[in-house]
Amino acid sequence: MIINHPLLGPRDAQEFTYLGDATLINRPYWLSENALRDFHDYLHLRDNPAGEHRELWFHEQGDRSWLVVTRNTVTHKISSVELACDVARANGRSTGREEAQVA
Amino acid sequence: MDKLTALTPLGDVTARVDTIGGLEIREVVDQAMASVAARLGQADLTKETTAAKLGLVLPDVGLSSQAAPFTAFWMGPDQWMISAEHDSHELLASEVKLALGPCASVVEQTDGWCRFDITGVAVCDLFERLCNAPLRQMANGAVTRSSVEHVGAFVWRLTEERVAVIAPRSSANSLHHALIAAATSIA
Repeated sequence: MIINHPLLGPRDAQEFTYLGDATLINRPYWLSENALRDFHDYLHLRDNPAGEHRELWFHEQGDRSWLVVTRNTVTHKISSVELACDVARANGRSTGREEAQVA
Repeated sequence: MDKLTALTPLGDVTARVDTIGGLEIREVVDQAMASVAARLGQADLTKETTAAKLGLVLPDVGLSSQAAPFTAFWMGPDQWMISAEHDSHELLASEVKLALGPCASVVEQTDGWCRFDITGVAVCDLFERLCNAPLRQMANGAVTRSSVEHVGAFVWRLTEERVAVIAPRSSANSLHHALIAAATSIA
């Protein structure tokens, strides 16, 4: 399998390690009122689609960036690869605001 | 205090040089290294400060740059490795940190890595036996991190016939073994 890294171009899958569902990016806010339930759902509830799936891959033997790979679990066809930091920022995360919330 | 003797990554007092066929595999121990990681949202400021204070342009993805006495290569998003002659820049990390200030984190890397420079016309033949990096397509100065015989390493094309490979120091012997074995098989 080849993953088309957004910065480095096509790289062999042996350079990457797999973490899991890309919803792991959306870690709940730990001081919210519903934190216990939110973390339960975050940790245990996953969709298991036969089809398109967004997942986190780590380029361990490369530039060590986290990627969000959209892969069809039936055909293994990869339709898009994005930097996880870009995806997180597009969702309003990793902006430094999480720390501000705590303070 | 006892007089201490520095050992090379391969454990000797002098750097190892092997010549196999037309290939020379040379252990390089005269480079100090420091990593630079821009802090969140400060990549542009890090690049500007490095250019202003060190005269060094931090390279783009997969590239390296040079401005004597410093050399830099791209390691990952907003991260670079800077190297310089060890004898004159033993405290490279402090020197770079002093120049950059709070926009980036600078970490001493000198003793964390081993480096071998391989020279010879067959250098591409050697690396295509060891590594996925498309060395033949890499221009002079291009650097990529990949695995060389299961050891994570930077492969840096210095010139047409000269390639540097930089790997964790604790893997120096494994990497050296792999280089020697592959060189022997094509000699």
